[in-house]
Amino acid sequence: MQLEELRTEGGKVKLPSFEYLRARSMEEAWALHSEAGGDALYLSGGHSVVPSMALRLQAPSRLIDISQIAELRGVSVAEGALRIGAMTRHAEVLADPLIAHHAPLLSQAAPHVAHPAIRNRGTIGGNLALADPASEFPAAVLALRAEIEANGPDGRRLIAADDFFLDLYETALAPGELLTAIHVPLPPESRLFGFDEIARRRGDYAMVGVAAQADVAGGVIAGASVTLFSVGFTPVRARAAEQALDGAPLSPESIARAQAALAQDLDPPDDPGFPPERRLQLARVLLGRVLSRMEPVK
Amino acid sequence: MKHLLSTTVNGEQVQEAVSPRTSLADFLREDMGLTGTHLGCEMGACGACLVLMDGAPVHACLVLAVQAEGCTVETIEGLTETGAAADLQARFHDRNALQCGYCTNGMLMSAQALLAANPDPSRDEIRDALSGNYCRCTGYEAIVDAIAATASDRAGRSETKTEAAQ
Amino acid sequence: MTLHIGQSARRENARRHLAGRGRFVSDLTLPRMLHAVFVRSPMARGRILEIDTSEASACPGVVRIFTAPELNVRCTPWVGTLGHFAGMQSPPMNILAEEEVLWTGHPVAMILARSRAEAEDAAELVMLDIEDAEPVTDGAAALRPGAPLANPAARDNLCYEAVLETADVDAAFVGAAHVVETSMTFGRHTAVTLEPRAVIADFDASSGALTVHHGTQTPYQFQDVYARHFGLSEGKVRVIAPDVGGSFGMKLHVYNEEMGAVAASLILGRPVRYVADRLESFLSDIHARDHIVKGRMALDADGTILAMEVDDLTQVGAVSAYPRTSAAEGNQVIRLMGAPYRMPDYRGRLSVAFQNKVQTSQYRAVGHPIACAVTEALVERAAEATELDPFEIRARNLIADDAYPHVSATGYQFEKLSHQACLAKLHEMMDPEALRAEHASLRKQGIHRGFGIASFVEITNPGAAFYGVGGARISAQDGAVVRMMPSGDIHCAISVTEQGQGTETIIAQVVADQLGVTPERVSVTTGDTATTPSGGATWACRGAGIGGETALRAGRRLRDRILTLAGALVQADPASLRLENGAVVDGSGAARITLEEIGRIATYRPDTLPDGIDHSLTVAHHFAPTGYPFDFTNGIQGSLVEVDVETGLVRILKHWIVEDCGRIINPLLVDEQIRGGVVQGLGPAFFEECQYDADGQLTNGSLADYLVPMACEMPDIEIAHIETPTGDTILGAKGVGEAGTAAAGAAAMNAVNDALRPFGARLTQTPMTPLRILDALDAAREERTDP
Ligand SMILES: Cc1cc2nc3c(=O)[nH]c(=O)nc-3n(C[C@H](O)[C@H](O)[C@H](O)COP(=O)(O)OP(=O)(O)OC[C@H]3O[C@@H](n4cnc5c(N)ncnc54)[C@H](O)[C@@H]3O)c2cc1C
Ligand code: FES
Ligand code: FES
Repeated sequence: MQLEELRTEGGKVKLPSFEYLRARSMEEAWALHSEAGGDALYLSGGHSVVPSMALRLQAPSRLIDISQIAELRGVSVAEGALRIGAMTRHAEVLADPLIAHHAPLLSQAAPHVAHPAIRNRGTIGGNLALADPASEFPAAVLALRAEIEANGPDGRRLIAADDFFLDLYETALAPGELLTAIHVPLPPESRLFGFDEIARRRGDYAMVGVAAQADVAGGVIAGASVTLFSVGFTPVRARAAEQALDGAPLSPESIARAQAALAQDLDPPDDPGFPPERRLQLARVLLGRVLSRMEPVK
Repeated sequence: MKHLLSTTVNGEQVQEAVSPRTSLADFLREDMGLTGTHLGCEMGACGACLVLMDGAPVHACLVLAVQAEGCTVETIEGLTETGAAADLQARFHDRNALQCGYCTNGMLMSAQALLAANPDPSRDEIRDALSGNYCRCTGYEAIVDAIAATASDRAGRSETKTEAAQ
Repeated sequence: MTLHIGQSARRENARRHLAGRGRFVSDLTLPRMLHAVFVRSPMARGRILEIDTSEASACPGVVRIFTAPELNVRCTPWVGTLGHFAGMQSPPMNILAEEEVLWTGHPVAMILARSRAEAEDAAELVMLDIEDAEPVTDGAAALRPGAPLANPAARDNLCYEAVLETADVDAAFVGAAHVVETSMTFGRHTAVTLEPRAVIADFDASSGALTVHHGTQTPYQFQDVYARHFGLSEGKVRVIAPDVGGSFGMKLHVYNEEMGAVAASLILGRPVRYVADRLESFLSDIHARDHIVKGRMALDADGTILAMEVDDLTQVGAVSAYPRTSAAEGNQVIRLMGAPYRMPDYRGRLSVAFQNKVQTSQYRAVGHPIACAVTEALVERAAEATELDPFEIRARNLIADDAYPHVSATGYQFEKLSHQACLAKLHEMMDPEALRAEHASLRKQGIHRGFGIASFVEITNPGAAFYGVGGARISAQDGAVVRMMPSGDIHCAISVTEQGQGTETIIAQVVADQLGVTPERVSVTTGDTATTPSGGATWACRGAGIGGETALRAGRRLRDRILTLAGALVQADPASLRLENGAVVDGSGAARITLEEIGRIATYRPDTLPDGIDHSLTVAHHFAPTGYPFDFTNGIQGSLVEVDVETGLVRILKHWIVEDCGRIINPLLVDEQIRGGVVQGLGPAFFEECQYDADGQLTNGSLADYLVPMACEMPDIEIAHIETPTGDTILGAKGVGEAGTAAAGAAAMNAVNDALRPFGARLTQTPMTPLRILDALDAAREERTDP
């Protein structure tokens, strides 16, 4: 939800009128979408669409309910990857044993996503499609080096997470294209993971968050993947920090180098409520804590 | 254009014409007369509107009534009628875990779901389960006590803190 | 005989809420009801050039759109001043902005439609053309000569000023061994009741009667306001306050929107419903606090407090609230300073400034948290300067428990308080030595904990002179009608109201004890001007102390009536009889006749009674407090926190309070009042703040952005009591509703500063956000490296 854009005059809590249609297949969804000439939104959990319409920040003439489409459901392992259907609810992400085993960053992120009841409705597909830069899952997906499965009238494609989050609430999905699943490459047993965030209150959007994974080979880190969220217009891969880690043992020294390198990775926007230097400072503190507590899957 | 919504509310089959923009909360409150589901923010931030949808608590202010098609919805009125939460309600009463009562519906829904999933929660786990439920009146402690006491009751343990209050 | 007073009776009316059967105004639907939505000014200050409602009027479902010329004429303007605040000014206010808009959210048009959604659809189509003007946002700048006017109808931006001083205050500072100083800022926050403000005004033109279903704590006050401002006779106005989803002082002020609903109903002859949405609540409910205080304290070499001097600037919005004014809080701030201490000299200055923001006014613990935080921060600095332990410096300076009556340097008269006993009890509960040892060892592991304490005095049971002297039509008396039904069951209709604090329960307990029945046999009605006698209802802190005494005295009158009747029936001297266990008993304790039998005879067979005997089993009684102008209460709080010095996040680990509210009618309810109050003190200490930008825009006016205290962040709260009943009443009860809020923030700030002490950092602003904590740590670091 684009809270920054929240109109402050009040008097807005009920949704404007729209047409509601339920799609039973991807084909039907695409057709209903193109028929509306761009003036339509897909509805999955609805926990971003509904409040933003209630605040009259958005007023599409049509909502297309995609929750019944079979391709969007289920969690499974096939072809060396974990496939998480877009309609998987946050609560299911939190509880799913396959996700806990193969994509632990998502399981670790889930308890930080809002509150229990919101997790019962919000879907991981909706969350990624929304691409809120303060959101946990996009950062986790980025750190996991996952791929986003998209299906549109022109066919199916896999988009690397690195190429998916383009700008504030902007993704690589083409108009009408459906986000159908997330593919996470199966990790080696020894891979280390770490996730945490700093929030004022439990369940609040983070002031800053970190998701990281790394492999250790021969005592040194290889292929560190570090992402931060709530630090800009998209989740951010901290490549300089990754480089500072790669090739060295995970130690207070390498962690300190990674913390120092964050200045190159982050350029937090000017927020009067929380100046960029402070956000960078918190990012460094949190990165240090997350890296020093990285663990393999139990 | 209105939709014909078929859903089950508190065990009763309901067929009603609703307009897509009507939230489940407004549908329950205005069309069904179930005003025990409260509205405190209409943006998912206060928890006053929680109902059980297919057994799980959801914010009725963020669900469209049309999304409840084919679902079972249970409100505080239904929960009271079946007696499923009678012990929890009694503990809230004993412990004075409500003042104005406006948050109570949501607190009971969150508590009921927590205890179903975790019969022996710690105080921190109880507070965590209530993380989306705002209460301006009580300061929360009495609510935590009441839920802890219910957990103990259900596990057949004796509980001292609330007995003192009776 | 005291059987039920003092017992932890559960609240019968809580059962309804637990079953989902609460009846809130927002739940009510009336035939032909219209829904109101207000179009509001998007800017803090400007001049209305044009309001075009033509497109909006054509929207489906829209019945009527009002702008100021059609609506305001139905209502006489209101002015938020009081006679005893000499020199106070506040321009008149009416429902909709006429020419000038004075704050972001100021209502400019009112839409009435068949549904709320349709009214919102239309609101989007109202075209506003407002010429932007420079808003006044900073109160200090507003008071400088030549500053632009926040409200062009005012003389200047000074709403009110006052000075309170003793003769020798300057000498005290000159002769002091230690002078400590502070400068503190208290952010704006707001009530955020979970049920927003709600009203349904229902004018029936055929009978000329206006019924207003109003989620308020003061129905009689609104009956009077509606009658006077809309030119109706009081007898034609009925205000019903059913269940109210929280109020805390916020729901007793006159608001543009409620007045608009009444005016619209008068014009249209249909019920008009207005329920604020959450965003509107932030823009229209009164805000609280917003004080900048400079303070200093003089002490002798032993750490004895000699004097305090404070200067409070409070910023109240573009008009003063009605009918209690927006100056009352500042007035209370300067009077409560130093209140717990034996402090001979004092000077307090108050300046109340207009600005283009939402108006501030009374909210739970009016003035207390400010006065307490300033005083207790100074005491903490004094402890450092004199190298005294925080408990020790307080022990030396708190008024001795045997030194009453006592008059404070600000003129408050204390009948009897128990500061020293409370301090000793808190010491025992907290065990500060053990805490300190633990904190020292944790510091070595990089864990920084601190504790802080804060003594307080709370104003309760205000007498009739409090507002009355200023000419406000605010009742300090309450009334009860108690009657015995034919079955012997008792009914009490009383003017104090229920918002969940348990008013009805304690009234039943008090009445039960006067009439020798169980509280289950006493039903209580509140909140309807047509069925209960007039009174003050819920404001300040008075339900138990004044309402309880009213019920007690009414109950005793009915008891006397019953005993007289019983004496005639059983041929005994009424003076030898008393009521017990639902019956009239004699000196030996033997039951002579049951209440049920008396009820039967008095109701169905009065013909069998002796001639001339009064068999009316209904009595009415009104009670206004006499004696001390207020019944003050006192107490002390302790807070334990852990500060993450790298992130500025604070974990509140524990909170303690020792409180003395006089006679405790119901310990269960008292403790939960205290807990709720503490959390309403901790919220603004750490989280709650209405943030404005330089243009006067509220930037965090939603429940996602304005941080209310939630379950995970709030501590368990340990409570103990000292009981010092007031001699002003038979019951001896004082108030407790504001005690928790009064000092929680002060204790927490002292705790945070204790945790930060080794770093030389100190917080002087609330809320104590991570950013402010990090800034304080940085400032201290810079001071150390660059002295
Ligand atoms: C009070 C509150 C607190 C919250 N706190 C957090 C938090 O702390 N962290 C967090 O990450 N989130 C938070 N959220 C957001 C929550 O996680 C949302 O539910 C989620 O971001 C969106 O998921 P959804 O399934 O509800 O999507 P919807 O609201 O249904 O859709 C979101 C957007 O994605 C599009 N979309 C949805 N599914 C697809 C698809 N399969 N393909 C293509 N486009 C699609 C929709 O058209 C829409 O534009 C919060 C929400 C609320 C109300
Ligand atoms: S009303 Fe639904 S969460 Fe507040
Ligand atoms: S009891 Fe009033 S909000 Fe919880």
